[in-house]
Amino acid sequence: MNCPECDATLKIPDDASVGEIISCPDCGSDFEIAQKNGSTCQLKHAEKVGEDWGE
Amino acid sequence: MSKIRIVFDRVRAEEKMLEEKAIELGHDTKMIDAKITRLSTESKRSDFDFGDVVLERCVSYFRGLHFTACLEFLDIPVINKFEVTNICGNKIVTSLMLKKHNVPTPRTYFSFSSETALENLEKVGYPMVIKPVVGSWGRGVVLLKDRDTADAIIEVRELSDGPLDRIYYLQELVKRPPRDIRVIVVGDQVVAAMYRTSSGSFKTNIALGAEPIECEITKELEDISLRASKAVGGGILGVDLMEDETRGLLVHEINSTVEFKGLSRVSKKNIPKEMIDFAVKSAIK
Repeated sequence: MNCPECDATLKIPDDASVGEIISCPDCGSDFEIAQKNGSTCQLKHAEKVGEDWGE
Repeated sequence: MSKIRIVFDRVRAEEKMLEEKAIELGHDTKMIDAKITRLSTESKRSDFDFGDVVLERCVSYFRGLHFTACLEFLDIPVINKFEVTNICGNKIVTSLMLKKHNVPTPRTYFSFSSETALENLEKVGYPMVIKPVVGSWGRGVVLLKDRDTADAIIEVRELSDGPLDRIYYLQELVKRPPRDIRVIVVGDQVVAAMYRTSSGSFKTNIALGAEPIECEITKELEDISLRASKAVGGGILGVDLMEDETRGLLVHEINSTVEFKGLSRVSKKNIPKEMIDFAVKSAIK
């Protein structure tokens, strides 16, 4: 599928799961896999890293 | 077989490893995205499929903490418990609990205004390390070598004006080798330990590129790590220690949503398996 920002081709691994982050190799945008149905994925913009993120 | 649920907000390698291992061990396993889950005072356990036990694995500390509160309201066993996550997520509370339970920890000074932060620094002397009260991956951890650096950092804090920015956590700079030790404690067992060697900076976080090297689990390391875990309430925890030149091992931090990707590369034990087995023991029977 294509990057919603820059239209570059996004390669999403077959074993990628909902909640994983996909980065566009061209524009660097990060997307979260919101839904996955077979090889079809629905992406949403990934959350920005928050101050409270971590372990 | 237990019903294991893994609550996440972003799937990292660790969450995938836990899911894969739980499935491999034959447990009914599901991933639950905290971001799209709605809960209320009217919620009942039967409204959801939270299984017999939940591993709370949110990358956002506050999201995970509050989600845990909701799960415990529904009487669902959560690892880690709200109280444990609450303590570990806050460096001041962690330091206090460690000290209260006689676990060796670096000398740490707390101030609640910029003026008293500077007074603490002048009184104790430079260098000192300033750390955010809440935060991870070494972010916001700064070595204050002198008054000029302290003034700059405190000014930035004043300008950003977050609710925790006027709470100052100042720690002695421990004289140690350029590495620290990360220990994973699961229940009453130490399952793995590694050295994290600095890649040049005084910080030793894997997130900043520190190299993981397996560390022998000595009796002393095991003892202090278990005491540290107990001091904050126990569970699945990442205990961070420094090797002080004169005082020996000091515990400086405990992580309640421990990352173990680096450690699993050098550990002899299967860390996800230990975690899943522990979760099963905590599950509703």
